[in-house]
Amino acid sequence: MFQNLSERLESAFKNLKGEARISELNIANTVKDIRRALIDADVNYKIAKEFTDKVKDKALGEKVLNAISPGQLMVKIVQDELAELMGGKEAEFSITGNPAVILIAGLQGSGKTTFTGKLANYLKTKKGKSPLVVAADIYRPAAIDQLTVLAEQIGVDIYAERDNNDAVAIAQNAIKEAKAKNKNVVIIDTAGRLAVDEVMMTEVANIKAAVGPTEILFVVDSMTGQDAVNTAKAFNERLDFSGVVLTKLDGDTRGGAALSIQYTVNKPIKFVSSGEKMETLDVFYPERMAQRILGM
Amino acid sequence: AGKSTVDEEVLDNLEEALVSADVGIETTIEIIKRIEARVSKDKYVGSGELNKLLQEEIEAVLVDAPEQSYRNFDTPPDKKPYVILVVGVNGVGKTTTIGKLAHNYKKAGKQVILGAADTFRAAAVDQLTIWSERVGVPIVKQAMGSDPGAVAFDTMQSAMARGSEVVIIDTAGRLHNKAHLMDELGKIKRVIQKVVPDAPHEVLLVLDGSTGQNALVQAKQFTATTDVSALAITKLDGTAKGGVVLAIASQLQIPVKYIGVGEKIDDLLIFDKHEFVDSLFKIAE
Ligand SMILES: Nc1nc2c(ncn2[C@@H]2O[C@H](COP(=O)(O)OP(=O)(O)OP(=O)(O)O)[C@@H](O)[C@H]2O)c(=O)[nH]1
Ligand SMILES: Nc1nc2c(ncn2[C@@H]2O[C@H](COP(=O)(O)OP(=O)(O)OP(=O)(O)O)[C@@H](O)[C@H]2O)c(=O)[nH]1
Ligand SMILES: [K+]
Ligand SMILES: [Mg+2]
Ligand SMILES: [Mg+2]
Repeated sequence: MFQNLSERLESAFKNLKGEARISELNIANTVKDIRRALIDADVNYKIAKEFTDKVKDKALGEKVLNAISPGQLMVKIVQDELAELMGGKEAEFSITGNPAVILIAGLQGSGKTTFTGKLANYLKTKKGKSPLVVAADIYRPAAIDQLTVLAEQIGVDIYAERDNNDAVAIAQNAIKEAKAKNKNVVIIDTAGRLAVDEVMMTEVANIKAAVGPTEILFVVDSMTGQDAVNTAKAFNERLDFSGVVLTKLDGDTRGGAALSIQYTVNKPIKFVSSGEKMETLDVFYPERMAQRILGM
Repeated sequence: AGKSTVDEEVLDNLEEALVSADVGIETTIEIIKRIEARVSKDKYVGSGELNKLLQEEIEAVLVDAPEQSYRNFDTPPDKKPYVILVVGVNGVGKTTTIGKLAHNYKKAGKQVILGAADTFRAAAVDQLTIWSERVGVPIVKQAMGSDPGAVAFDTMQSAMARGSEVVIIDTAGRLHNKAHLMDELGKIKRVIQKVVPDAPHEVLLVLDGSTGQNALVQAKQFTATTDVSALAITKLDGTAKGGVVLAIASQLQIPVKYIGVGEKIDDLLIFDKHEFVDSLFKIAE
């Protein structure tokens, strides 16, 4: 385990004493160390490679003698690069439109339904909105009940049709209902699906086409490993989502999937979810995430 | 493939394949070292021979369960009822796996009973109830928010009274770094033992196949609290490989018994080492 990358880099740089600049040769082991730390944090293998190559290029030629601590200089280069990658885009969240329509999608068990509740709660309490949550998961046992319980907890209305097995129609009907009841935000919770499930991917693409969402959020479990890249790519190809939600950050995962996803699809992380309670929703802090991934 | 010597390039490709399957750096290096030890570098080894070596070395990491009757959904005769406690972090597939397991035990002619000890997550009891109806087995439940230990106790007593052969208890998803929630699991276990002292006979840790290196930490923490005896790896119907179980097997010696390959009642398979290792090297797309 890479408990403290800083310390490791520090010791790696001990051999650099007396050398004035970072060179291809004297940096090789350090770059390898960083790469391993990233992979250990579940950053995708190929991306970790590309990323560290980039960092290496930035570091080459930097004067190490003048820096108080060459290890820290290297860490700083890595961190800056990481933070830039993750925070490069301004992560605005749009709730304009009448109603604004937010479509929630992702793999099974990633935290979509819980997030739907959290987002509705946030928009209601922090933004003065009047949300309608929509149960468009017609597959998972008790999916409607689950969203109903959450909606009740936060005091938000829910739209569900227990006997309709057409998720697209349910979503469309929900928007009509929202208009009739003066709800200004509609949040559509969908069933979990695998990217390789053609029928299910078509369904969610059809929901998108039918309701024209203001925002499409891709919900990802922060514990996800190397597969994050495949999944993010596939969902993005079908949905061209507008943002990412990282869940279960109350765990101790390093969360390298966050880096992999941003690197792959270049979409901003708009929210992070860190708990089962409805209040545990936060905006995304790139620097914090960078430190977490590096295990610092 | 195509290469006839085990050189740097072959080893690099192997490293990429293993790491990309979530095996993790440490275990990957271990495996590569083993391969290197068996074929001195640059010595002629046909690609078929290399694949065989790989299969062998990786399969050797995966431990077998001491008792094999689970393969036929049979239970040891001296353990009646056979009690399975199902644990894991949030959303990995515990409840679904329980539904599938119950179905398989029932098909094998066993009297099964379910205990709904997740009284926390919204509609968790409703979800397990639907599974119990699908399978056609009884369920013991209480109101949401009630003490999960009390539900477990009720379930055990009901199992004794009915003469059930298999008891499967669902628990709420919990992150392993939350001490109070982990303590609660320990308590559920002790309550079960009040009724059947040598139970639970199986503590099944469910892992999401798409989880990366954190699964190893999960396995360590859940084992520390509840002595995990077996693993189920879910969601292997996608492109994720679940390679982190190699690290878990090598460090904790816990056998994988089941894999989940879908959301339907029949989508549970008995873990097959050979197929699993094979799939680690199948490239997606
Ligand atoms: N600790 C923790 N648990 C979470 C978080 N978000 C969701 N969960 C839990 O994760 C599990 C799955 O969450 P759901 O909201 O049901 O996930 P989903 O994506 O809707 O699942 P499907 O509809 O089955 O695909 C539940 O136990 C939630 O309580 C989080 O940020 N932290
Ligand atoms: N594709 C696929 N989906 C699965 C599999 N196993 C479970 N799921 C889905 O994963 C989601 C979560 O499953 P649950 O059984 O509710 O997971 P859980 O661990 O009980 O969740 P919590 O109780 O909230 O912690 C559901 O949508 C399931 O249908 C599997 O093997 N393959
Ligand atoms: K997951
Ligand atoms: Mg859901
Ligand atoms: Mg459950």
